[in-house]
Amino acid sequence: MRHNAYQTQKIAFVLLFIATVLVVLPVIFIVFIIVQKGWHAITWEFLTAIPKNGMREGGIFPAIVGTVYLVVGTLIFALPLGVLSAIYLTEYSKDNLLTRLIKLAIINLAGVPSVVYGLFGLGIFVIFLKFGSSILAGSLTLAIMVLPIIITTTKEALDSVPQSFREVSLSLGASKWQTIQYSVLPHALPGILTGVILAISRAAGETAPILFTVAAFYLPHLPQSIFDQAMALPYHLYVISTQVPNVSVEIRYGTALVLLVMVLSANFVAIVIRSKFRKMKKW
Amino acid sequence: MNLKTFKEFLIEKLIFLSGVTSIMLVILIFIFLTKEGLSLFKAVSLKDFLLGHYWYPISEPSQFGILPLILGSLFVTMGATIISVPIGVASAVYIAEIAPPRMKEVLKSGIEILAAIPSVVIGFIGMTTLVPFVKNALNLPTGLTAFSGSVMLAFMAMPTVVSIAEDALNAVPKKYKEAAFALGATHWQTIWRVVLRAASSGIVAAIMLGIGRVIGETMAVMMITGNAARIPTSLFQPVRTLTATIAAEMGETVQGSDHYHALFAIGIVLFVITFIINLIADFAVHRKLK
Repeated sequence: MRHNAYQTQKIAFVLLFIATVLVVLPVIFIVFIIVQKGWHAITWEFLTAIPKNGMREGGIFPAIVGTVYLVVGTLIFALPLGVLSAIYLTEYSKDNLLTRLIKLAIINLAGVPSVVYGLFGLGIFVIFLKFGSSILAGSLTLAIMVLPIIITTTKEALDSVPQSFREVSLSLGASKWQTIQYSVLPHALPGILTGVILAISRAAGETAPILFTVAAFYLPHLPQSIFDQAMALPYHLYVISTQVPNVSVEIRYGTALVLLVMVLSANFVAIVIRSKFRKMKKW
Repeated sequence: MNLKTFKEFLIEKLIFLSGVTSIMLVILIFIFLTKEGLSLFKAVSLKDFLLGHYWYPISEPSQFGILPLILGSLFVTMGATIISVPIGVASAVYIAEIAPPRMKEVLKSGIEILAAIPSVVIGFIGMTTLVPFVKNALNLPTGLTAFSGSVMLAFMAMPTVVSIAEDALNAVPKKYKEAAFALGATHWQTIWRVVLRAASSGIVAAIMLGIGRVIGETMAVMMITGNAARIPTSLFQPVRTLTATIAAEMGETVQGSDHYHALFAIGIVLFVITFIINLIADFAVHRKLK
């Protein structure tokens, strides 16, 4: 009887281990295959030239620049709004219906399909506010999409600052905002930074929200103002792998590799900051 | 009121406004979707829209039945759920209960990286590796099928399922396990009969959020499932999902046309579906806490 129970346990644990391998193995497979097939394409010209011959030759420079613009634009809107919103939830909100509704709204924003954000951005920014298909409209749309990420990570970071830090500051005569500014936010900074980096990685990789709000199929020049359209790396990968025939495998994989490196290096930095922060915590 | 308290007053108002932004955004999204989407129902009845068998938006006369698209989304989502839920929950159990601490960190980082891979990259990899493989292995006319979409989407749902299920497992009070061990149960008996049961509502939440992730997924689906707007009869046919329809067609419609309104109406359907899924998940999480 005992023997059987341990036998069952052994089998069960092996199955659980196999399941875990099945989750993690594809990551290694995807990264490996993209690096293996893409790294030949990576040359100085590929990274710094504009696409030529219907995107079958040349580089992907405008797409890289467009993605960088979009990420910066996204952060300009989402970072202050997200951090202040998290401050409200941890420092000011009471346990009431409003707070419950805000939390529910954040959960829902996190669950809205990215293409629905695209529709919303088209409806409100492109058409209603007349920004047109532009970097401004795209950044705002992406900002709304990453807002839940910044709010939840910032809130987590603020929650982890011990209550006693606030009590000491308040007892010394500091006002509530001074307390937040000098005794709470500095300690939450690494956590907030993690959220920012995750937001960057998400904004850089998303395609559906920018389809109708900013993305240009092909632009021979760089965008000149925030009211211009821009190329973007994820959309460019979509275009050259499904819309344009006879693009070489190398260029496709090379583009995928550049996108993957941008997104994953951001995530890697976030993972490192977080683990350092956990070890550093003195309280 | 002196300048300093005035400044403090302003900042606190600003913080409050930012706090309620999320609610305003959810309302705004709903308003803008309905503003553009409801006009469709001057031309098409709700019943013909939801249950119509034909999606011919640009033929004359046009037809806006989204049943094939709903079924397309349903097929892909069901396939992805069947694959990702057992594997995802099992791996959450392994990570939460069995893996040694260092391995746990590595596995969690790996899953985080999987979550970070952009959907267009998943779609691209699916197109270049899985799609030809499915075509040859199953001897199909095309590998662009609901099945291929399900497999790739299962990977994309996995991080959500694993991380939320793992949180639920970690939240099970230690004394439950200690009590089971004290009664002589093996580690596996404890997991199977005590821990999994205690964490069940959290696991339900994980499954719901995983489903929500799959239904809303757009780019990978559009690149892998073949986009045929027909009522599917098997997993091994091309299908077109709600999300892919919006993404593929919005660029080509005339603003203010019936087609344009119909795509926003699909957006409303998606918004409502994900809203309900999130409510159920939230409900499950809060039931667990009580």
